[in-house]
Amino acid sequence: MSTTDNAKPVRKDPAALKAADWADGRLGIYGLAKANLRKIFPDHWSFMLGEIAMFSFIIVILTGVYLTLFFNPSMGEVVYDGEYVPLQGVHMSEAYKSTLDISFEVRGGLLIRQIHHWGAIVFVAALVVHMMRVFFTGAFRKPREINWLVGWTLLFLAMFEGFLGYSLPDDLLSGTGVRFMEGAILSTPLIGTYLSFFLYGGEFPGTDIIPRFYSIHILLLPGIMVGLFVVHLFLVIYHKHTQYPGPGRTNSNVVGQPFMPVYMAKAGGFMFIVFGVISIMAAIATVNPIWAYGPYRPDHVSTDAQPDWYMGFAEGLIRVMPGWEINAWGHTLALGVFIPAMVFPLVLLAIGVYPFIESWITGDKREHHLLDRPRNVPVRTGLGAAWISLYILLLIGGGNDLFATHFHLSINAITWFIRIGIFVVPVLVFMATKRICLGLQRRDRDKVLHGRETGVIKRLPHGEFIEVHEPLSQDRLYVLTQHEQPKPFKVEGAVDENGVARKVKLTDKLRARLSRGYFGEGGQIPKPTAEEHAEITSGHH
Amino acid sequence: MSSDDIKGGNLPDRPTGHSGEVEETGTPSFPDPGLPPHQPRRQDIDEDAAARSERAIAFMFTLSMLATIGFIASFVVIDRTTIVHIWPFGHVNALNFALGLTLGVALFTIGAGAVHWARTLMSGHEIPQERHPIAASPELRQQVLADFAEGAKDSVLGRRKLIRNTMFGALALVPLSGVVLLRDLGPLPEDKLRHTLWGKGKQLINQNTGLPIKPSDVTVGSLVFAVPEGLEEEDHDFLEQIAKAALMIVRLNPDDIKDKRERDWGYEGIVAFSKICTHVGCPISLYESQTHHVLCPCHQSTFDLADGARVIFGPAGHPLPQLRISVNEEGNLQALGDFDEPVGPSFWERG
Repeated sequence: MSTTDNAKPVRKDPAALKAADWADGRLGIYGLAKANLRKIFPDHWSFMLGEIAMFSFIIVILTGVYLTLFFNPSMGEVVYDGEYVPLQGVHMSEAYKSTLDISFEVRGGLLIRQIHHWGAIVFVAALVVHMMRVFFTGAFRKPREINWLVGWTLLFLAMFEGFLGYSLPDDLLSGTGVRFMEGAILSTPLIGTYLSFFLYGGEFPGTDIIPRFYSIHILLLPGIMVGLFVVHLFLVIYHKHTQYPGPGRTNSNVVGQPFMPVYMAKAGGFMFIVFGVISIMAAIATVNPIWAYGPYRPDHVSTDAQPDWYMGFAEGLIRVMPGWEINAWGHTLALGVFIPAMVFPLVLLAIGVYPFIESWITGDKREHHLLDRPRNVPVRTGLGAAWISLYILLLIGGGNDLFATHFHLSINAITWFIRIGIFVVPVLVFMATKRICLGLQRRDRDKVLHGRETGVIKRLPHGEFIEVHEPLSQDRLYVLTQHEQPKPFKVEGAVDENGVARKVKLTDKLRARLSRGYFGEGGQIPKPTAEEHAEITSGHH
Repeated sequence: MSSDDIKGGNLPDRPTGHSGEVEETGTPSFPDPGLPPHQPRRQDIDEDAAARSERAIAFMFTLSMLATIGFIASFVVIDRTTIVHIWPFGHVNALNFALGLTLGVALFTIGAGAVHWARTLMSGHEIPQERHPIAASPELRQQVLADFAEGAKDSVLGRRKLIRNTMFGALALVPLSGVVLLRDLGPLPEDKLRHTLWGKGKQLINQNTGLPIKPSDVTVGSLVFAVPEGLEEEDHDFLEQIAKAALMIVRLNPDDIKDKRERDWGYEGIVAFSKICTHVGCPISLYESQTHHVLCPCHQSTFDLADGARVIFGPAGHPLPQLRISVNEEGNLQALGDFDEPVGPSFWERG
């Protein structure tokens, strides 16, 4: 090979290089590549969670485009005469019929439909788990607050996008969800009936809702989401990825492997892995078998009527709310429906605004690129765990009928448990998590000062048994002690030089109180200092 | 990125940084030992291992090609109606199973090959790269603010208040056209939610048989669903009408009925209630004949049919509306009028 190459005259630029030069002359791609081709991406399994979301989003878009080629978003009524025998002769909408046709008469149609549905389920799940990773490691801190909001908005939209999507086939299960939506809209004070009539184009169900959902589902929301997704990725690249603390990893560097080729191969490969796994899920597990539900009719319903999992917590709110209703001055306020409909976005908003609350409490204006170990911020970790417990309780509430039938419990008892639990359980979870974090901090401190327990028992000459502790490596010592331990914020000059109390702003008082909770005595275990370590280790040897 | 232009930023580094308001307790306990030395992988030092990796990667890519061929072959060969039994998945559509599995393998092996390649053969060195502060330098900030001030001055927007105010006014008003355009999304509600197809003299038609119902057809313990006479599935507004008019009929022992009005509005213990839940409009379909409770399967609102369909559990806010019924000359059940209150979920104007 090489001898023949040498024999030839100097080769001209290959075609690919020519193309690159051509593009550079018009787009300046070399400048872009200089900054990004060898850009460093840190590696950690938990950074993959966001990638799962990204790649499942892509596969959902691709399969969604395919489905639009066959789906007919019309509520025009037809009598089914297709291949699925049990439904022949049944009145149904064209939307439902075309979904049956995709499932039974288009080769591979069922597979793509199931990839689309499974992909959506995985997408929202990955979004939530990714958000939890970002939350617990404090990756949302400056300069990434805006990207947190972008991601949060994506999650919020993804849930509605999913709801709209599974409503489109106009089957009995999803139609029940659309009916629920009508009830929720009707409960809005003053304008509820008008909103409902405008959205449904008249009385429920009408013939407009599926076509309207369709344009929102395939155009409006995906358009916004793709835009946000691009912004999200751009900001990840612009800010450079966060990294876990470790030897050589500081707040002003990023340690990892270059975009080309390592990250390209790993992330690109991972994309195919996600695609592959979702395809296999669609091959072996049926999702949303609309043919088994039948077409929607407002006077029919099936038991076990459950939304897709990401709407489950909203369903829980609706189910456990007592049926409060106020009738006065000729008007009705259906609090039993309206309150859960309002609390539903608040549950998500609570976690969406958290970064701003935390930065107000800490007053920290610096950039943070090193992630927190969750144990080192016990209050934040406790709040996150409490939020998850609330979310899970509401999910259980949303499936109270399934829990009742599968575990042979009284549905009334489950409902009452959730009603009380949503106020009590998050508080207990917060306290328990905070204590666990403090315990882990104590253990870290112990390990730094006394070394790792080896499990080796030694008998001393005078008969005493001791366990041998092995001192930690410098790397471990650094990792366990690199974190900051801020002092709580104190209101300056609450008392003037004469000892007379001055007026202190209420917000400052609140901030000082919260800051004490975060960083005061009960909020963190003082990390060992080098002097303590030196004293103890010199004493031992 | 433009941040590359601003070299030498001073990002707070853990050991020394104190640029924020945060006060840190104590000094850093242990020095940063720096990046650990690179540990060579087996493939870095053993050419045989590297060659094995290459073969493994090539194997996965080849498998992917075979799976794609398998996908196309399945698409062509397998009949789309064939159902097969595959352990442990049970009876599955053969085409869907084959297509999904081959596609999954074709995709997965590309990914697995690429990741294996990156992990074993590409450089395993961890490289540090500097970060640069996001915020602009003070000089740049000053320059931008000056530019902005000049632009603002140039625009005379601050000085010519009339332009500014009318512009804001125009910009505020123009979206109203868009709002107005939404008016024809639907008709006004008027009193549509207050009326159903039921009316005086309308016979109750059994939904299953399509025939009028005689009192003797309704036995104690059974739940009968009825629709108003004249409503056909082919009607263009069938779904809108049935969404309000759906009715359930039960026969109770008249002495068991605790509510006097309920007894009066029924016929010999036969009472008719709206089937549409007053919570968010699901059709109620679970009847427990011993207790005379009906339960909505959607959100578990439970109503006591022996006591004016009072809510005894769940999120519903008020009882199910009752339809006044009697028997006409032919001996069939008939309505004596429409529901006297709106059926279904509550709304603001319900009162």
